[in-house]
Amino acid sequence: MKTEHVLLRHRDHPEINELENYRKIGGFEVFRKVVTTMQPNEVIEVVKSSGLRGRGGAGFPTGLKWAFVDQKNWPHYVVANADESEPGTFKDREILEGNPFQFLEGVAIASYAVGARAAYVYLRGEFWQIAHQLDRRIQQLYHAGLLGERLFGTDYSLHIFTHLGAGAYICGEETAMLESIEGKLGQPRLRPPFPPSFGLFGKPTVVNNVETLTNVPLIIERGAEWYRSFGTEKSPGVKIFCLSGRVKRPGNYELPLGTPFRKLIYEYGGGILEDHPIKAIMAAGASSSLIVANDPALDTPMDYESVPSLGAQLGSASVIVVDDTVSIDWLINKTVHFFRHESCGKCTPCREGTFWMMHLTDRITAGKASWQDVELLKDVASQMRGKCFCALGEFSIEAVLSGIERFRGDFEARVKG
Amino acid sequence: MAKLVTLTIDGITVQVPPGTNVVDAAKKAGIDIPVFCYHPKMEPVGMCRMCLVEIGRPVVDRATGELVRADDGSVKIQFSPKLETACTTPVSEGMVVINTSQKVKDGREDILEFLLTSHPLDCPVCDKGGECPLQNLTMEFGSGQSRYIYDEKMHSAKHVPLGDLIYLDRERCIQCARCVRFQDQIVDDPVIGFYNRGRALEIVTYSEPGFDSIFSGNTTDICPVGALTTADFRFGARPWELNAAASICTQCPVGCNLTINVRREAISQGRMAIKRIMPRQNEWVNEIWICDKGRFGYHYVESEERLDQPLVRKDGKLTPVSWDEAINLVSMRFKQAGSNLLTLVSGRLSNEDLYNIRKLTDSLNGKSALYTQMGGGDVVAQVGMSTGSNLANLGKGDVILVIATDLHQEAPIWWLRVKQATERGAQLIVANARSTRLDRYAKYPIRYAYGEQNNLIAALVQLIDPQKFVDAKAIKHLSEQSIIKDTAEALKAAQNLVIFFGNEGSGVADSQVLAQTCAILLATTNHAGKPNNGLIPVWQRANDQGAWDMGWRPPTDLSTSIKEANALYIVACDPAGDDPRLSLTPDFLVVQDLYLTPTAKLADVVLPALPFTEREGSLTSGERRVQRYYPAIPGRTGALADFAIAAQIAKACGITLEERSAAKVMDAIARENADYAAISYTELANVEEQWPIIGRADLYYGGTSYENKQGLGMQLQNAVQKGEPFQISLPELVEQSGEGLLAVPITRLYDRGNTLIPSQLLRTHLVSTVMWINAKEAKQQGVEEHDVVQIECGETSALVTVELEDAVPDGVVLVPRSVGIPISEPCRVRLHITERV
Ligand SMILES: Cc1cc2nc3c(=O)[nH]c(=O)nc-3n(C[C@H](O)[C@H](O)[C@H](O)COP(=O)(O)O)c2cc1C
Ligand code: SF4
Ligand code: SF4
Ligand code: SF4
Ligand code: FES
Repeated sequence: MKTEHVLLRHRDHPEINELENYRKIGGFEVFRKVVTTMQPNEVIEVVKSSGLRGRGGAGFPTGLKWAFVDQKNWPHYVVANADESEPGTFKDREILEGNPFQFLEGVAIASYAVGARAAYVYLRGEFWQIAHQLDRRIQQLYHAGLLGERLFGTDYSLHIFTHLGAGAYICGEETAMLESIEGKLGQPRLRPPFPPSFGLFGKPTVVNNVETLTNVPLIIERGAEWYRSFGTEKSPGVKIFCLSGRVKRPGNYELPLGTPFRKLIYEYGGGILEDHPIKAIMAAGASSSLIVANDPALDTPMDYESVPSLGAQLGSASVIVVDDTVSIDWLINKTVHFFRHESCGKCTPCREGTFWMMHLTDRITAGKASWQDVELLKDVASQMRGKCFCALGEFSIEAVLSGIERFRGDFEARVKG
Repeated sequence: MAKLVTLTIDGITVQVPPGTNVVDAAKKAGIDIPVFCYHPKMEPVGMCRMCLVEIGRPVVDRATGELVRADDGSVKIQFSPKLETACTTPVSEGMVVINTSQKVKDGREDILEFLLTSHPLDCPVCDKGGECPLQNLTMEFGSGQSRYIYDEKMHSAKHVPLGDLIYLDRERCIQCARCVRFQDQIVDDPVIGFYNRGRALEIVTYSEPGFDSIFSGNTTDICPVGALTTADFRFGARPWELNAAASICTQCPVGCNLTINVRREAISQGRMAIKRIMPRQNEWVNEIWICDKGRFGYHYVESEERLDQPLVRKDGKLTPVSWDEAINLVSMRFKQAGSNLLTLVSGRLSNEDLYNIRKLTDSLNGKSALYTQMGGGDVVAQVGMSTGSNLANLGKGDVILVIATDLHQEAPIWWLRVKQATERGAQLIVANARSTRLDRYAKYPIRYAYGEQNNLIAALVQLIDPQKFVDAKAIKHLSEQSIIKDTAEALKAAQNLVIFFGNEGSGVADSQVLAQTCAILLATTNHAGKPNNGLIPVWQRANDQGAWDMGWRPPTDLSTSIKEANALYIVACDPAGDDPRLSLTPDFLVVQDLYLTPTAKLADVVLPALPFTEREGSLTSGERRVQRYYPAIPGRTGALADFAIAAQIAKACGITLEERSAAKVMDAIARENADYAAISYTELANVEEQWPIIGRADLYYGGTSYENKQGLGMQLQNAVQKGEPFQISLPELVEQSGEGLLAVPITRLYDRGNTLIPSQLLRTHLVSTVMWINAKEAKQQGVEEHDVVQIECGETSALVTVELEDAVPDGVVLVPRSVGIPISEPCRVRLHITERV
């Protein structure tokens, strides 16, 4: 069982957001070791065998992604995704504020591994203060000789830049983010080609989530086996679960993947406010299907393979807990509003569908709709399914369809006639 | 060539090159897949989601790499559970595409329902109604009823002028980005874009003035809805009321193929009127695009000022007379003048006009002169673009040299085609005394001083073949420059070589020499006479090349020739308007034109001619493609086609010339002129299938550009191609000399020529009487921005306003042509400030 934090290490070592303190616990020694003694592909091999999977939502194997980088096209870039805009997700922010140097070291190691000499950290616009702090910290790294030209007396050079978004959820989608960094309107690109072959400025690029990258220094330091000692066979390692909603102790909890929902919600989260009965769980923020929170569901391990058996996804592990004080039609009205607001407008079904769903759910929650409207809502959502250009549009219907199917009563109670 | 990929679409087997997308592959098999955002001239973006199809792919055994087969031996096909967008899916071997299943139809109905939720459905008052992809596809795939509550529709601004030529209806926009992508990717004028996001995503313009692009009209052709309309056609007519006539643009030597849409109009007293000019596909010339001058600049043909009766000066006043009277008088006086007759024409005329007028003049032993500021048409006949050439064929390994011209302003579609060739990998050399819009695509941008253009080409020839221009002192300082050495190397290595030359910084004589040196360069590099190679003259008028081919030449000294003539016959040009000091006082002056130009006002007889829209004719483009235009509307009574007027005068002089039809005149040309031997109106009307297939019932695919059913024209063979000897000898080179400020006339797209001024729409775009100078030189000359100065060139002078412009070289001022400044060739000038604000 795990005692010490891997990611939220500031909870064990206060003030490691100061470079000297971070260095006292061995900070940037891994980066030095990597640059001076390891070949890039050796680094990739370790990450591959650790089984680390992307923490941005899709759970794609990180080492594999790094290995996909086109070796015939140069230069390469690394982009750290600090857009963190999924409702109910607040883990990257804690890392960036509490344990920023471990994250930056992760960026540096990833850059070395894929041969990038420039890395960007893309932060959501609202993180402007964090961005300024990060800029200062990056400067400290330059002063300490840990970033810049010809590092540690080798040929390897690395520069890290921050880039602020302008407040768009879609810019968390990796290709929209690349467009945004290039100074263009934040809309996703057609894929393929994927970023490892055609990314930033058209060059091979690795995009990784902040949490994903923050795992890397300790994986290299302590080895793939050590990392695999946490979590499950297919979902190894630790994960930060962002617990929110109707729980007594909301917050970030770093736990091994595979921890059951019940443990997170009742043991760590202290159970439901005023001890109400739990009703539903959204495991991936607003992008979730609604899980009916019955006993089998509560006993389901939170990992990439098990959650789908509940007709849902783990996503970024932003666990929003819903109790019996919440009517599901109200809840989906909130999520639909969010997606309507964030739809980039590039493709027809999402641009028009989220707008339409907003009107329908507005009328439903206002008690001004008939059952026909609920049926229509279902139709509209189904009509969007599988036709959207990117995952945002597809996410926007998850809560709607699962909500109507699994919590039909809430809708029946709302409609007239 | 790469191996073709075989797939089936709705059971039909199709073979296409790898990389083709499913929409295009289907199109080749005659199957239409509906699209909104995809356009065959642009990269797919997959935004609208209309082109949904079912796609299956053969199942491959991972272990063996073999195809998995069903019991009956057929290859097992796995269909993806989702519909896929055909436009973004490249074909693959063995792919099975289903375009007609219920699932596919439902998917399209879904997308249409989404599109229509926020669409105003104001088809009854929409200009696109009747030729609207959204309307047509809704008829085909849409649901009959709406499930969307009207009150929940989002409303947006309906009359947004993006510029003064293009209006946007934000409600109708379906956010397909075709317009934005056209401006960004095709014409590199990124002046419009999306603003905001989601349902609020809207088109805005970033430029000042708005939508500042000379290609803007094309966006209205490819916009799949009535969101973008032209100020010209807006609320002008319904598409189904329009008749279409094939035509050719007469504004520049590119020769873009047009369709003229006409309708009977109450406001024109029930006469047929032109409602709009549209592009007509010719992948050898203009593809499916035209520039805004060609689209909006036609209004001169409907000017109220047009002449519709012959006029004869009686008691000092021009008085209407019958054609008989006018013709009799003219023929009598012309016969009397005999060899003292001088005929002056311009390249605004058709080949048929130029032929007949020449015949008439020759038969009377008169002299003939071409009114032009540029030479070299005879050289072009020897080494011009060879038969079978297409700028679209140029790419990797090929070189394009552009010298002494600003293609963007002088021949916009050539600018576009050259730009596109560089995108396919062609290397571009742009040589001029100043920077132009084409420089940004040039691998070798070369600067020289005005007047050195011939020496620059000579220097390149010398570097490639040291036997030529040996010891020429004038070129030494040029051939020593490393960029010029590199350019020579690139020229040596070129597979194909196309040279565009203009007359910026040259007079007639100088540009004649430029044409010769360019021809020598083509011959030296062994490119003369081969397809996709040749010399392209950037003439000022659409048919200057035809004029040279019909035997017309510029006079050595126009004013002397005029002074020596007893009778002057001036057709389709306005020397008095261009230079008011020109003395036009022969015994007898006949002017044949559309209006009472300043020259016509001095005439003894004025003969009213018909514009190109009201008659037949043919033009020879700078690429030496002969193309015919058709009458769009009946000719105004009282006026006649120029070739017919000439024939009538001839008849009265006892000379027989063909006057019944332009086609017959062309037959006569073909009999007499070896270069035109193969040309006939029937041949000119030939078409062949072009790719992409546009202009058919599926307007959603290519837009409203017209299919070409009336002829692609014919490219002439040049002398070298025909095996005739190359006959151009090395010209004498002169060293640059001269002191003082040099004024250089340059061509601007929107000038103040007689054929542009009447287009009200373009008023604010027209260049005014300005003079461009760089800040340093301005200081030197003691002038400031906005000063009004008298610019003096020898005897002539004009008032111009000073504008500062960085790109102007030191020691030089630039002045626009065709705005009334009587400077037609480079000339040393003096400036006097007359007004300072
Ligand atoms: C609409 C949308 C929003 C996203 N937002 C984020 C985000 O805020 N942060 C993030 O790390 N990944 C986000 N992603 C996932 C990224 O596209 C990408 O998969 C991820 O950054 C890859 O990093 P990983 O492999 O480390 O997970 C989002 C994806 C979509 C479709
Ligand atoms: S699904 Fe939504 S967010 Fe994604 S491209 Fe389409 S409109 Fe934009
Ligand atoms: S204005 Fe027309 S072409 Fe432009 S995005 Fe809208 S619908 Fe498409
Ligand atoms: S490029 Fe020339 S020929 Fe073509 S439309 Fe414009 S002016 Fe006319
Ligand atoms: S998505 Fe294929 S045509 Fe628009």
